[in-house]
Amino acid sequence: MTADLAALAYLVAAVCFILALKGLSAPGSSRRGNLVGMIGMIIAVAVTIADPSVMSYWWIVGGLVVGGAIGTAIAFNIRMTAMPQLVAAFHSLVGLAAVLVAAAALYSPEAYGIVGVDGTIRLASRIEMILGMAIGAITFSGSVVAFAKLQGLVSGAPMVFRGQHLLNLLIGAVMAAAGVWFAANGNAGAFWMVAALAFLIGVTLIVPIGGADMPVVVSMLNSYSGWAAAGIGFTLENELLIITGALVGSSGAILSYIMCKGMNRSFFNVILGGFGGSGPVDATASQRKVNQGSADDAAFILQNARKAIIVPGYGMAVAQAQHALRDMADKLKDNGVEVAYAIHPVAGRMPGHMNVLLAEANIPYDEVFELEEINSQFSTADVAFVIGANDVCNPLAKTDPSCPIAGMPVLNAENAAAVMVVKRSLSPGYAGIDNPLFYRNNTMMLFADARKMVEEIVKGL
Amino acid sequence: MEAAVDPFFFRLTIFVLAIFVGYHVVWAVTPALHTPLMSVTNAISSVIIVGALIAAGPEGMDLSGILGFVAVTLAAINIFGGFAVTQRMLEMFRRKDGARGQDP
Repeated sequence: MTADLAALAYLVAAVCFILALKGLSAPGSSRRGNLVGMIGMIIAVAVTIADPSVMSYWWIVGGLVVGGAIGTAIAFNIRMTAMPQLVAAFHSLVGLAAVLVAAAALYSPEAYGIVGVDGTIRLASRIEMILGMAIGAITFSGSVVAFAKLQGLVSGAPMVFRGQHLLNLLIGAVMAAAGVWFAANGNAGAFWMVAALAFLIGVTLIVPIGGADMPVVVSMLNSYSGWAAAGIGFTLENELLIITGALVGSSGAILSYIMCKGMNRSFFNVILGGFGGSGPVDATASQRKVNQGSADDAAFILQNARKAIIVPGYGMAVAQAQHALRDMADKLKDNGVEVAYAIHPVAGRMPGHMNVLLAEANIPYDEVFELEEINSQFSTADVAFVIGANDVCNPLAKTDPSCPIAGMPVLNAENAAAVMVVKRSLSPGYAGIDNPLFYRNNTMMLFADARKMVEEIVKGL
Repeated sequence: MEAAVDPFFFRLTIFVLAIFVGYHVVWAVTPALHTPLMSVTNAISSVIIVGALIAAGPEGMDLSGILGFVAVTLAAINIFGGFAVTQRMLEMFRRKDGARGQDP
């Protein structure tokens, strides 16, 4: 295999990756797109193994078999509710792989052809290497923290302490200085110092960010893993890595942007952390009267409705209520009720999380609508069925400019003739504020575990 | 006489153009498929395995070889796991009539 042929094959692989992303523009074309992506990866790996510098295959085959078996086993056994932490864990592996490849290039620069005339690694390569490695290290430790929060290994609450931003600034400054030191002379000690500080700052950057902001964090780490790959691509002078890294980097950045817009907060507001959970709850609010209903009440109203819109939130995922919800929707449809689902952009713990859970429960995707598509339809609905969601349908966002979620686009559930809210208690949501929706005359509160309540309703239909 | 352009600038050109390609392709992704988008981008960013293969490739094992082997293993977890879980999710998306939906 000549170098020209290899370059051509890498181009084909890059096009395959672009087509894989393009396929995701519609569910119908997405599966074929994913297969094209796999073909691209096979081409990339095969061409690299055929490179004359690769002479020993045993370690490579061993790594592929072990890694492939672990990856496949995880992919087929993971529960869909656990997707956010799985994706976070996968991001951490990309980050760590980037660090390892950068280190391998540091110790064997001749294998990658990045040695300059004076026998040391070229200056440009050193800069690219330290940048790619640092981003990879931040991706790794940041993703580990995100994983721990999503998996519930540590509290999802934001961990804030005094001088946090000053500490991050300090770590960042020392890291930059060590990076310049490495770029200047290629010192291995400086390399590992940057790595250690990047691991540290990855942790200190993510701990102050709370659980419900994880959609932004996971998207951001997705983006970082791309930029790390691109940085390593520059180091190794590999165009395929550069293109792929740029694709993934911009993808993650766009998702972060969409998530921030879904909360009407700036990216820095999210990243600086400390949001939610701590705000004082209005004591008088909790003494206001709510209409509490039973499963039978709910079943009666639901089956006499013409149109019901279901608003799922993270609580539905926690209670694993999506399958019971599908049973309920099926029964309602048998009774001639029109059923639709309204998804808020930041519902759940990662972008598109709710859509996957509903699809898992065999809910057809043409019954599931995004906020902009469905928000005007609440006024024509007889029932809005809010299950495990809170802040995403809080009308205060529209009326109270001083509340933490002011201006956030919310679902207009209160416009439906009747509102049902399945929730375990009246406790405030992530934003730490009371939700006036619960106290409205046309709202019925169904206090229970989401799955048990829906199963009870199904029995009553 | 023209001075030769440093190849770095060709790569920078590729990089910037690829960001624009990514920008346009990703905005076209339907929000319903944002989770599969993340898992598949995760899988393709593991193409960093090509760097790991070169490190693990030489005859005999030195420090770089060990680093390369570990990196190949980690990237392989991501590649197999990322593509497989994406496929598993995409198989779940069905329309009302039960069809999985074809291209419009």
